[in-house]
Amino acid sequence: MKKVLILSLALLIGGTINAQETQQGSKLPSVNVKTLEGETFNIQDISNNGKPILISFWALWCKPCKKELDAYNDNYEDWVEETGVKIYAVSIDDARSTAKVLPFVSGKSWEFDVLLDPNGDLKRAMSVNMIPHTFILDGDGNIVYQHTSYYEGLEDEIFEIVKKVAAGEDVSGKH
Amino acid sequence: MKKIISIITLVLAISSSVYAQGFLGKSEVHGSFEIDAMYYQADDALGITDSLINGNVFGFNAFADIIYTLGDFSAGFRYEAYLPPIAGFDRNLEGQGFPYLWASYTTGKFSFTVGNFYEQFGNGFTLRTYQEWTLGYDNSIVGARVIYEPIKGLIFKGVYGTQRYYWAKYEKNGRGIVKGFDGEINFNDVFSSLSNSKVRLILGGSAVSKYQSDQLKSLKLPQNVASFAGRFNLGIGKFNFSSEYAYKINDPSAVNNYIYKSGDAFIFSGSYSTKGLGVFAQFKRIDNMSFKSDHSVTSNALDINFLPPLIEAHTYMLAAMYPYATQPNGEMGFQVELTYKVPKKSKIGGKYGMGISLNYSQMNDIAREKANDTAYIGQTGTMGWKSDFFKFGEQIFNRDLTIEIDKKFSKNFKSIFKYIYQDYDIATILGHTGDPNVKANIAIVDMTYKFSSTKSIRWELQGLWTKEDKGDWAAVLVEYTVSPHWFFSVADQYNYGNKHSYEQIHYYTGSFGYTMQTTRFALTYGRQREGVVCVGGVCRQVPASNGFSVTISSSF
Repeated sequence: MKKVLILSLALLIGGTINAQETQQGSKLPSVNVKTLEGETFNIQDISNNGKPILISFWALWCKPCKKELDAYNDNYEDWVEETGVKIYAVSIDDARSTAKVLPFVSGKSWEFDVLLDPNGDLKRAMSVNMIPHTFILDGDGNIVYQHTSYYEGLEDEIFEIVKKVAAGEDVSGKH
Repeated sequence: MKKIISIITLVLAISSSVYAQGFLGKSEVHGSFEIDAMYYQADDALGITDSLINGNVFGFNAFADIIYTLGDFSAGFRYEAYLPPIAGFDRNLEGQGFPYLWASYTTGKFSFTVGNFYEQFGNGFTLRTYQEWTLGYDNSIVGARVIYEPIKGLIFKGVYGTQRYYWAKYEKNGRGIVKGFDGEINFNDVFSSLSNSKVRLILGGSAVSKYQSDQLKSLKLPQNVASFAGRFNLGIGKFNFSSEYAYKINDPSAVNNYIYKSGDAFIFSGSYSTKGLGVFAQFKRIDNMSFKSDHSVTSNALDINFLPPLIEAHTYMLAAMYPYATQPNGEMGFQVELTYKVPKKSKIGGKYGMGISLNYSQMNDIAREKANDTAYIGQTGTMGWKSDFFKFGEQIFNRDLTIEIDKKFSKNFKSIFKYIYQDYDIATILGHTGDPNVKANIAIVDMTYKFSSTKSIRWELQGLWTKEDKGDWAAVLVEYTVSPHWFFSVADQYNYGNKHSYEQIHYYTGSFGYTMQTTRFALTYGRQREGVVCVGGVCRQVPASNGFSVTISSSF
């Protein structure tokens, strides 16, 4: 049985590597999230008319996440103008603070869409372990770039990637 | 178990290799892993001696979580190892294996899951299963779940199974079996005439029951315990209201000292939101609402429901010193919060604007009276107590006032100023029996200076002043980051006001880390106090210790 397991694992890993070679990137999973108004919808239904999408996981208790989103917000107008990118900030706050997210976001004057993932269903399905965790999707909905953690100035790096994605360049080889 | 894993893996392997050749090109594998390793040192000042460590100088927690997707089918597993668990984690976790194995199939209106799964009904008053790696917490249900969405705006869920209890297998007459049902309707989605209405209404309800055979000789326990909840979410323009009420029939357990009282929980939240301003208020009451699938368990395990602690959650080092935990046997309180952004180019706001937030929260005990003349309050085998729903108990568990101002002074320089007042029932919450409430004033300044587009330095100055517990503290942190890869930081928390001079300890740490996209490596050396620590761009919960710790994590 052990041999079967090892063999299968080897095959699986091999298959994965193959699969990655033949694909552009993975798609969003079929998972329900909520809007700040409490409406449930499937994350696969988001779209941006062929322009890039940026998805960032955050929570009220995560300081670096809020800094990252502040930085995105400061630049959002310029970014949209230049690339048409659309940002979704997915809050993984649980029942302790989900009801506080809407007034907080309004108080912050964040311009982008904020979604709720109160029991971490999307977080798990997208293998998000630590936050902040940011994904960039190309115009066809393929996940082409990911990054965890936030340092001052990371937004410039992220925007460089968004520009390349918007221009249809391959960013998978980028560090 | 091994057989199952092998079979699953074999199926995955075959299908993934077949499809990888490009027949369908829809198969995907992704996942994440993390290794947290500790090397402990003796530290006399912290009371950690060689004999206490007793050769156990290493702690090792690791997991790998793999998800495989093929069109509408997905499956996955998580491998966990605690060899032995890092200090602060439950010793029952020691071991390794695959505690999380699942497969699910989604087709149009139906979604089926077998194996382990996580689910939440409403706020979680009747049911919530989740996993929190940093706490070593996992109460997943092993069984089956069906989700049915006949039309947009209507969702039904049914769950059936038993819960994870560390590594222990389910045995006959052991822990209980959990059954649950939840339904939710969104009127604006279901009735097209309401789709553009300014009034948005969602109603939901759930019922959960557990069956555990009565093996107790001294008392006769109910073998089936049911709980019910109803909830709504109502939005009217810029106002939003939500509420949930849950009721549980009598459920004598080790947590409530085996009383036969029924339990209930209530929460009401209201908010007003407009660009630049958010106002939030919340009321909460819990009375005898612990709900576990084994009546004898008191530790953080086998919880069927979730009772959120509604006190401001702090993450700065000293502010996180006295964290609140929900009191499942009874608490009531409220919270108000205001978030305001002073506009850009105004007199106070300056060029970049300024953020102000204010939070006040208070949690008291509930008011209890004798259930009858012959029994004392909470006596085993009785009705426990009577309680007036609207009456606050006299005992204050926690009060917290937090004022925060964040301001950007120039393109390169920004600051956060924070003042916190805390009143904390250390006797009830941390079990320091007989100690008076801790009343603490906390001040924090957090400054960031950007040298260039990628390099910046951040420093925190913190003070905590109290006459109780360990007395006064001061803390400093300096962090240097080079985006997008590097961080270096040093910090010290100094308990200079401790009554005992030998306990006036410096908790110093030094750390650095490297991030490459989603792969992260961090090394820390020093003493760590228990609490949430956020360094180098991420937050995690860390237990008290002295030594080296290494974290490697990645996701793909």
